[in-house]
Amino acid sequence: MEGHAPAIVVEGLRKSFGPQRVLNGVNLRVEYGETLSVLGRSGTGKSVLLKLIVGLLKPDAGSIAIQGRDIAGLSLDQLNGIRKKIGFLFQQAALYDSLTVGENVAFPLKRHTSMSAAERRDRVRELLKQVGMEEHQGKMPSQISGGMQKRVGLARALALDPNILLFDEPTTGLDPITAGEIEELILRMQEQRRAASIVVTHDLHGAKTISDRLALVHEGNVLIEGAFEDLESSQDEFVSRFLRQGS
Amino acid sequence: MQSALAKLNSRLADFEAPKALSLFEWFGELGNFCARLAKAAISPPYEGRELVRQLDEVGSKSLPLVALAGAATGVVLSLQTYASFSRFGAQSLLPAVIVHSLVEESGPIVTGLIVAGRVGAGIGAELGSMRVTEQIDAIEASAVNPYKYLVATRVQACILMLPLLTLAADACGILMGWLTNTLTEPTSLQLFLEAGTKTLTFNDFLPPTLKTAVFGLIVGLIACFQGMRTRGGTEGVGRAATSSVVLSSLGIVLADVLLVRLILVFFP
Ligand SMILES: Nc1ncnc2c1ncn2[C@@H]1O[C@H](COP(=O)(O)OP(=O)(O)O)[C@@H](O)[C@H]1O
Ligand SMILES: [Mg+2]
Repeated sequence: MEGHAPAIVVEGLRKSFGPQRVLNGVNLRVEYGETLSVLGRSGTGKSVLLKLIVGLLKPDAGSIAIQGRDIAGLSLDQLNGIRKKIGFLFQQAALYDSLTVGENVAFPLKRHTSMSAAERRDRVRELLKQVGMEEHQGKMPSQISGGMQKRVGLARALALDPNILLFDEPTTGLDPITAGEIEELILRMQEQRRAASIVVTHDLHGAKTISDRLALVHEGNVLIEGAFEDLESSQDEFVSRFLRQGS
Repeated sequence: MQSALAKLNSRLADFEAPKALSLFEWFGELGNFCARLAKAAISPPYEGRELVRQLDEVGSKSLPLVALAGAATGVVLSLQTYASFSRFGAQSLLPAVIVHSLVEESGPIVTGLIVAGRVGAGIGAELGSMRVTEQIDAIEASAVNPYKYLVATRVQACILMLPLLTLAADACGILMGWLTNTLTEPTSLQLFLEAGTKTLTFNDFLPPTLKTAVFGLIVGLIACFQGMRTRGGTEGVGRAATSSVVLSSLGIVLADVLLVRLILVFFP
């Protein structure tokens, strides 16, 4: 599918905010059907990395290619064409607070598909059911908890059947049972749709379950990348400390 | 002592240097913002439904306030002019003075300032809070252009609604002006209107009413701009709302000077 180009290739990515250097030459590569978990202490630029990949922020240097196309040279229309294939979950869910839960999930469908109102209603119900939120359709985002908002954000991210998933801490703040269900959902997307995913997470155990590879970001760089076993056998002081504290 | 002075000095330097620079930056960013907005506004598809929602929002939010302010202006004009005109026995000129003054200046400027307060603060706070909670990023990430969806619709709604709101303010002002006048000097509304509009030409009426579209542009543009560039959490949202009101009111007053002058030149 989509030729043979990898889903996401990031090379030499640098980003600073004023004097603060956040990313300092990050390289990443994710193929279709593969899930990469990104780990790292908070404030290391994991959210910034995801925002750079969808073009919400502009890198200072380096390149980002989605399905083999460098996003730097694209017009807004072309970039939006790519964004429709990407499901993005924000760390704080970022639900539209003037719309109900159901309308939030319907928003991408309304904008980008020619579905009838009835079809849309069914699709919204189905999406919300996947994340266990179907009985909260009519509520406003301010009336549900943070964990529930995140699940709605996830349903919204999946609305257009994306085959690239960028999830910023999808299970943080969720109870273990819901977190497990979300992990299953991600696994299912990967198997059924051959989706390429980058999942930022603090949950080592979850990362081990859902991902093929893990990348540990430290001081603006990917310190180590590989299967969980590779991280475990690393001699690096920080890596072993990170794994020890996390499990 | 020495270090305290040095500290104070560096504080001052921090404070002063960005100030001059940031004014340039502000205008630079505003220019950039306008360019993006223009590009988004003229290219299809158009956000018809969202525009209707914003028209309703701007209109219904401000109509009661604008009507009240127009009415109050009518009363004040009537009381004031009656006091001075009766001294010279020129009461017969009262209707014309009230109508002209309302239609040509008080109505438009009062409406503009009320809308700057009500709608400007609303837009600044709404877009500001959407910015700091990443809702605007979320709109962009779902392949929707926020300049088209959020900004253009709001600016257009302000431009279209302001002349209509001005008409409402004018009408309420004239009505209340007549009512106030008729308490001391009984006249029928019909006679009052006839006397008031006898000397009113198209050129007296249309340019001042249409100039409020420029006020609408100023309110919409500045409030959206301040909202979209909001930084720094809840505090930033408050700042965005306040600065939207202050800057758009200021903009309206300054633009009015220019517009009054231009109208006098082109529609003598
Ligand atoms: N838009 C921005 N402007 C300025 N600084 C930012 C911005 N976004 C993120 N940062 C800074 O970049 C650093 C990394 O942030 P982030 O990517 O959110 O970390 P995390 O790894 O916890 O997700 C933080 O120090 C943050 O203050
Ligand atoms: Mg983060």
